[in-house]
Amino acid sequence: MIIPSKDFKPDKKAKFFEVTIDEDFCKGCSICTDFCPKSVFESSDRINPRGYYQPIIKAEEKCSGCKLCELLCPELAIVIEEKQQ
Amino acid sequence: MNYSPIRQKYLKQLSGKTLFLQGDAALGYGAIYAGCDFFAGYPITPASEIAELLALEMPKVDGYCIQMEDEIASIASVIGAVWAGGKGMTATSGPGFSLMQECVGYAVMTETPCVIIDVQRSGPSTGQATKPAQGDIMQARWGTHGDHEIIALAPNSVQECLSLIIECFNLAEKYRTPVILLTDGEIGHLREKIVMPDPDDIRLMSRRFANKGEVIFGGKLIPPMIEYGKGTFSHVTGSTHKESGMRDVQTQSVHEKLITRIYAKIDKNREKIIRVEKDFIPDAEYAVVAYGATSRPAKGAVIKARKAKKKIDFLRLITIWPFPRNEIRELGKRVKKIFIPEMNLGQISREIERFVHCEVVPISKIGGIAHSIDEIYEAINE
Amino acid sequence: MKKKHPLVKYLREEMLPTVFCPGCGGGTVLNVYAHAINELGIDPATIVSVTGIGCSSWIPSPYYKTDTLHVLHGRAIAFATGVKIKKPDLKVIVIAGDGDIAAIGGNHLIHAARRNIDLTVFLINNSIYAMTGGQVAPSTPQGVPTTTTPYGNPEPNFDFTQLAIAAGACYAARWTTYHVFHLLKSMKKAIIKKGFSFIEIISQCPVSYGKMVGMRTASDFLRLYKETSVNVKKAALMKEEELENKIIIGEFVDKEREEFTEALRNINKRLSPEVA
Repeated sequence: MIIPSKDFKPDKKAKFFEVTIDEDFCKGCSICTDFCPKSVFESSDRINPRGYYQPIIKAEEKCSGCKLCELLCPELAIVIEEKQQ
Repeated sequence: MNYSPIRQKYLKQLSGKTLFLQGDAALGYGAIYAGCDFFAGYPITPASEIAELLALEMPKVDGYCIQMEDEIASIASVIGAVWAGGKGMTATSGPGFSLMQECVGYAVMTETPCVIIDVQRSGPSTGQATKPAQGDIMQARWGTHGDHEIIALAPNSVQECLSLIIECFNLAEKYRTPVILLTDGEIGHLREKIVMPDPDDIRLMSRRFANKGEVIFGGKLIPPMIEYGKGTFSHVTGSTHKESGMRDVQTQSVHEKLITRIYAKIDKNREKIIRVEKDFIPDAEYAVVAYGATSRPAKGAVIKARKAKKKIDFLRLITIWPFPRNEIRELGKRVKKIFIPEMNLGQISREIERFVHCEVVPISKIGGIAHSIDEIYEAINE
Repeated sequence: MKKKHPLVKYLREEMLPTVFCPGCGGGTVLNVYAHAINELGIDPATIVSVTGIGCSSWIPSPYYKTDTLHVLHGRAIAFATGVKIKKPDLKVIVIAGDGDIAAIGGNHLIHAARRNIDLTVFLINNSIYAMTGGQVAPSTPQGVPTTTTPYGNPEPNFDFTQLAIAAGACYAARWTTYHVFHLLKSMKKAIIKKGFSFIEIISQCPVSYGKMVGMRTASDFLRLYKETSVNVKKAALMKEEELENKIIIGEFVDKEREEFTEALRNINKRLSPEVA
């Protein structure tokens, strides 16, 4: 049976990630918003410098660092970086 | 030294030998003398023998001779190999030349030095596949779309096949352009005596490579090239491009500057490129202009006419394009009539008419049989 | 707040942002490619990108920071053959669309695969001729209206991966722009593999193709890819009716055989010991 012993203490070093979107590159295609497993992104009414509706970062703290958005983004506009605590 | 040690050794073994070769074979050996290390072709009568010879000899000098799936792939792979640092050539006849036109345009636009041999045969279309003609003259000039200049040479003997193909490679490197060698099935399949030159006597034009920071599509009239694998991060495109090579199809001045420079490379250097063979006599009344295979019976007819006390000039065009208009203008002022025997329905005669005021008489013969001396002589006599 | 993507160093930064439509799968391929080169640690100076004409051909040209040979429609593989034979030590990568590589360029594709020349070919399949405005392609499913088949496409479409396999490709795989992690792994394999490596990448075109089938956002396509993809190993156990309208993805072939430029060099070596 896989159960921890009585004096087991979990490793509390949770990772946090910084999520940034380059608004000069973003074309508002919403792939990030629609596919983030943690719903970090959200659509907004704000128009970015290129004239598109800019997706915004709603819940950066929820980002698990899977980097699916970083890999999917057709404009390489998203950067996910581990925050050094 | 011009050559790699292995090629130098190979050519030294040929040096001074007197051989009995076909024109096609001479073209093949000539390419080896010219430093060609990449040949791609597709079988077509009457040019297959060039590929067959190079398939045998190229590997001996550590070069590559491959048969591609069609003519388009042949010239495409030649252009690719040139950018990778090679000296490339392909050979075909009329139908294959028609297929290659888009790639010829690409070579013009990207200023890729390469050589295309067209061993002309009777056309249009499949025509008389095994019979010679001179029907691709205008196609060599305008076959590909858009404004462009081109260089085309025409040999008239097996020996000249060897020397002219070397000149084709040199012109290609010097002016960074594709060069066409226009021969025909007559010269291509003719067997004649040929003396193989000493490799030490051959002068080859070497390719100039760009220094760091130098642009390869501008800056000078004839910019330097690059070679893949040296970290140049070049960008080569058939679209209109800036001096750096990056595409810009929107700005009018970019296109105008690019095309006029590419045109000027050849147009402004006509005197250096054009070669003709003049045999003028004082007080000439008539002239015969000829090129390629027809220049031989034409010369015979001129000799016969002169024996009959006719005053006839003879001009053989070695460079077909750019057209030797100054030489033709000069001739037009000397004589009353210019005769031009051709194995086509008058492709060069049309070009001559543009530059002279005297009468131009084409002596056309199509159907795959070369003119005889008497045929030309009788036409002159009328 | 703005942070530069760490992998833009593999791209010509001065040309960004891309000209792709919002949500174009081509951008995703561009992204995954940059990751592949980075993870493989390949020096971009040893790569030659060859590409044709079309939206997908605009992925390497002008964005890849390599020596780029942007050639004529359909002929990328033929040009790449010449480059590779002359410089066999360089990585020659061909990226172009389905019409470019498999319609007008079909002959070159099958012969390069037959020869097993060491090229890496990424065929971006967006089911349409997008750049010219939405004409039917050999990848367009039967029945779909396009600008040149306004009454519905009367022809069935190709299975490009099977075509490459039948022609003799040593590595053949199909992925979609949704399966980016698999695609990344596959791209890395294809690039370093010696021999003809082929990846068909199903990519969304929300503008030219999307308007023909009523799917106007990239996410619509990616959801479709996610829902209708079946791995090739699983598909082998399924019946034909079950596989209808499914996209079979995965690595189909991964084998070894004599490579073309090596065969050519061996001939030269045989003739002259000094070459060896």
